[in-house]
Amino acid sequence: MTFETILFYVLALAGIVSALLVITRRNPMHAALFLIVNFVALAGIYLTLHAQFVAITQVLVYAGAIMVLVLFVIMLLNLQNEQDLFEKRSWRSYSGPILSLLLLALLLRTVAFVSGGSFDRISPESERIGTVANIGQQLFTAFVFPFEMASLLLLAAMVGAVILAKKRFP
Amino acid sequence: MIESYIPIFLILAVAVVFGVVSANMSWLLGPQRPNRAKNSTYESGMEPVRTAHDRFSVKYYMVAVLFILFDIEVVFMYPWAVQYRNLGLYGFVEMVVFIGILLVGFVYVIKKGALQWD
Repeated sequence: MTFETILFYVLALAGIVSALLVITRRNPMHAALFLIVNFVALAGIYLTLHAQFVAITQVLVYAGAIMVLVLFVIMLLNLQNEQDLFEKRSWRSYSGPILSLLLLALLLRTVAFVSGGSFDRISPESERIGTVANIGQQLFTAFVFPFEMASLLLLAAMVGAVILAKKRFP
Repeated sequence: MIESYIPIFLILAVAVVFGVVSANMSWLLGPQRPNRAKNSTYESGMEPVRTAHDRFSVKYYMVAVLFILFDIEVVFMYPWAVQYRNLGLYGFVEMVVFIGILLVGFVYVIKKGALQWD
């Protein structure tokens, strides 16, 4: 077993355990905090796959910024009596597991189709693709238009957030 | 390749071990004689009036959303900064356009007073 394989198994175990803790905690705050552990474990797995930029973004944006938003949303919703949510059986409590199983089937099918069912190696090309330098080169030459569109998307999100959150404009 | 990350994992391991050890050592070594006053939320402070699980103002959410949006802006600057010399003037103009569009949003947010804590 190489160092890389050991690292992968450790991170995968951390990811699975934290993901299970996310969906089993009764307190939504605890679930959100375990989600951060899950994000960090995922970032580590990205690093073992030589995707440095995705790993950095995972920590910086997901574990950092998105989780702040998730925590604020939990505080905004003010879930004082979480127990009631578990006792109510609506179509939501059934559609969640069904959709998750469908996603799992789709992922298994894709992985089996792409790699022929074996997970023992990653493409040697991937060592080059995921580096920050390569992503920068591609993003600012071949993918300039999507990059500039991203700024419009962020602008739209900014305007939307202001309009939704502010009731009265001065 | 992955071996070059060993220093980072070492720092992570040290951070985790330090946190776990120091938190548990104070629990292990310190005397534990709890009483009612000691266990109150603010020892020698005010009496808590109700639970901390309260509904928060949407202003916090506003700040968090704007933080994420500008955070993503900075994430795009990272590969740009790495490749800055290769891209030259073309890359510089691209980034100016990118920041210019977001600056419009920033001016809008300031003008609407969305960050004012009134």
